[in-house]
Amino acid sequence: MPSNTIKIRARKQGEVTTVKALISHPMETGLRKDSKTGEKIPAHFIQEVVAELNGEQVMKGLWGIGISKNPYLSFKFTGASSGDTLKLSWSDNKGQSDSTTTKIR
Amino acid sequence: MNMKRRTFLRSSAAASAVGVAVGAGLLSPQAVLAAWPKKAFEAESLDGAMEALTGKTKTSEGDIQIKAPDIAENGAVVPVTVSAEMDGAESIAIFAAKNANPLTSDWKLGPGAKPFVSTRIKMGETSDVVAVVNAGGKLYSARKEVKVTIGGCGG
Repeated sequence: MPSNTIKIRARKQGEVTTVKALISHPMETGLRKDSKTGEKIPAHFIQEVVAELNGEQVMKGLWGIGISKNPYLSFKFTGASSGDTLKLSWSDNKGQSDSTTTKIR
Repeated sequence: MNMKRRTFLRSSAAASAVGVAVGAGLLSPQAVLAAWPKKAFEAESLDGAMEALTGKTKTSEGDIQIKAPDIAENGAVVPVTVSAEMDGAESIAIFAAKNANPLTSDWKLGPGAKPFVSTRIKMGETSDVVAVVNAGGKLYSARKEVKVTIGGCGG
């Protein structure tokens, strides 16, 4: 299982918490060919990204092959307090996954 | 169903290719997640993807802003930010109209989530980036053209 693939920052300003995250992932489309062998590189991409605030889902991203390699995502929500725990997890088409938690600043 | 023969042949060939890939163990069964709208992600046209995702292709104009570059030098990484000014937004879908598979992502907004999402997408060629916001069962959309100088969808 991959680990330490997520870099995340969650910052509260006023009522709104802004989350920014970077995930290390190849996001292979399955359409590319290996330049040496000419064989297709199998698809390997994140399908689902879920963000939970204190265990409750605030955002779910369903992704296809059209998301760039080493994906970046950002979103905003209200209703959090400083110090709350935000969990971000992803899973891909090969059944791999990773998750991390951060405290909202 | 109004499917042209050629389209039908192409899609059935694609479907059987996926079947073969699953059989050969290239795709794990995990690839078939119940919640993941496979048909929408594999659709090869904007309308097809939109219909598979939402059941509709009709959208109204809405107060939606798309922030994306006018010209993207590298189609593999095109930053896109979508924000909407409306109540009751439930999801935001981002399409690249002329990609082989136009649907890039669909974002489900949970309670408290603002209708705002920012990410980076791949674009195979110059086309419109289309954002579709689902609010209370109605679809609102906006589009913005991005010129791509180097495609980013393999080949």
